[in-house]
Amino acid sequence: MPKLTMVQAINLALRQEMARDERVLVMGEDVGVDGGVFRVTDGLHEEFGEDRALDTPLAESGILGAAIGMAIAGLRPVAEMQFSGFSYLMVGQWEGNATRMRSRTQGQHTCPLVVRMPYGGGVRALEHHSESRESMYATFPGGKVVIPSGPRNARALMVASIRDEDPVIFMEPKHSYRSFREEVPEEPEVMPIGKAVVERAGSDLTVVAWGAMMRPTLKAVDEVAADGVSLEVIDLLTISPLDSDTICESVKKTGRCVIVQEAPRSFGVASEIIARLNDDALLYLEAPVKRLTGYDVVTPYFGREKSYIPPVSRIVNGLRETLAF
Amino acid sequence: MPRKTLAEFKIEYLQVLDENGQVDRDLEPDLADDQLLRLYRGMVRARELDQRMLKLQRQGRIGTFGPCTGQEAPSTAAALAMGDDDWFVGAFRELGGRLMRGEPLTGTLYFHNGWEEGNRLAPEVSRRMLPFTIIVASQCLHAAGLGFAAKRRGQGEAVVCFMGDGATSEGDFHEGLNFAGVWKAPVVFVSQNNQWAISVPREKQTSSRTIAQKGIAYDMPCLQVDGNDALACYVAVKEALDRARRGEGPSFIEAVTYRLLMHTTADDPRKYRTEAQEQIWWQKEPLIRFQAYLTGKGLWDEAKEEALRAELRAEVDAAVQEFEAQAPWPADLPFDHVFAEKHPSIERQHQEFLASLKEEADA
Repeated sequence: MPKLTMVQAINLALRQEMARDERVLVMGEDVGVDGGVFRVTDGLHEEFGEDRALDTPLAESGILGAAIGMAIAGLRPVAEMQFSGFSYLMVGQWEGNATRMRSRTQGQHTCPLVVRMPYGGGVRALEHHSESRESMYATFPGGKVVIPSGPRNARALMVASIRDEDPVIFMEPKHSYRSFREEVPEEPEVMPIGKAVVERAGSDLTVVAWGAMMRPTLKAVDEVAADGVSLEVIDLLTISPLDSDTICESVKKTGRCVIVQEAPRSFGVASEIIARLNDDALLYLEAPVKRLTGYDVVTPYFGREKSYIPPVSRIVNGLRETLAF
Repeated sequence: MPRKTLAEFKIEYLQVLDENGQVDRDLEPDLADDQLLRLYRGMVRARELDQRMLKLQRQGRIGTFGPCTGQEAPSTAAALAMGDDDWFVGAFRELGGRLMRGEPLTGTLYFHNGWEEGNRLAPEVSRRMLPFTIIVASQCLHAAGLGFAAKRRGQGEAVVCFMGDGATSEGDFHEGLNFAGVWKAPVVFVSQNNQWAISVPREKQTSSRTIAQKGIAYDMPCLQVDGNDALACYVAVKEALDRARRGEGPSFIEAVTYRLLMHTTADDPRKYRTEAQEQIWWQKEPLIRFQAYLTGKGLWDEAKEEALRAELRAEVDAAVQEFEAQAPWPADLPFDHVFAEKHPSIERQHQEFLASLKEEADA
């Protein structure tokens, strides 16, 4: 099996889906000839032509709005927002149309489309290039939010997103774009959207993470496991609709939970997970559920971003505190 | 080196039928008598429903709605010019066109009484028509995307997209025209300039001398028409559709009309304009002049007018009866259309909601 980066793995998914289904096309700023600023759409223009790897005008609302029209007309657009920090200009189209068209017309018109966007920090980028706003997109009913954590699940979830009948925001942790490789099979793999994965099984504590936080979380878990404790790790993979069953089942077993989130602390996915545990697993808890998160400050420039994103040391300490409670 | 002129632009104005119903024979479209009668009937049908809805709203029998009275011409004429496979993409003041495209009279009644079912149309109607767009100008981009797909299919299908004058201040309007222009997409954009965006008059909306000229920036043919002249509207849309089908890309039409009534029934125009201003435009409204035109052609008379009005009122009566006899639809419809497939966490909320309904009913 070839070892691919996440960029290559998503590219593989796009290429195979475009070959399999002529309705699929990629579109966005610089995604055609240039292959995208991160090269995720590299080679698609040469292979499928300019009508299926579209360089669009520089307008985020325009890209999504036009993709909505294409999807209603039966195409399967995969639109790129160059950075998630530029995506707010499309939120009106997302909330106002993409997520509502199914309900508005009781399924007569639907928007099966994917909006890809690199998100998150840690790559020494300019202002507006490092935020994690998955919780904002998760607040809109009718749209799905998917965040892969590695090359193999990125490929399988991208295939699922393209084949999904509903609009999907596919957030790509750009810190993980090229930082590690995984074996990715050539034959297509599909993972279900709306389902979290138990990455490691354990019995003393449940750790929930997603996206770029999976790697530091696993490192921290290895370190703490050396103390002789058994930790269960859940990779969310889908933010919305949230697979609370997998989380609650795990916590009912372990009695303890730590959530690791890159985004600011308040009003985030971690808060929602705590609310779900409150609903379904409160009486099983032996310790308060801990959030290890970014802070409620404007995302700092990269000169000082490193310690704002939860580092391994903070995760290790958090895990130990919760285990000792 | 002397400065050179790189480009010069002009905006043409088209009127075929003047305010007294006098037609310019050179500009008159070649429409068969039955087509002319169909156009008139379509406009009167919208007027009759609109006026009835105003009464229903005042009696508390439907919710807030935005009347179309006085603006029947552009969308009805466009619908007449369109083919069955063309997409109709509206904002929310195109009742005439929607009805002409096959939307039932009850659709708008249900919609304006708070039921999503009003948007659910017979498949042959919905297949090429998008529902009401309340987010101003957002539909301009959907039209560009539909146009892209139509061009790719290569079957000669086109898109007609409506928006108001206020919409032309929105980013999505400009993005929509820009995308359609770059793609040479078969889209006809029609701005119904009714001169008011709720309380803001046309002159405060934009410093552009015409709305039509906004399309020049995107290098598409632009035309201003008398939007109360159904023949001019027809000619303009027909020409633009023909261009679109020939692969010549999008066009932009400004149809100058007037919102004779309130923005919606929740609005009071006396706060920002006078009755005298409105009266000027009641003299120019589209039905009277079209009726005079038909009469001049020997196609219409008072007896026919009375018969048509009586027939359409009876049709509206029947629709209102059907609407009011409709039992409330299932309260949990929104749960059925969140996603194509049900998700357990939303399905649990669904069950919770059904239990709560039962508690409410038992209480």
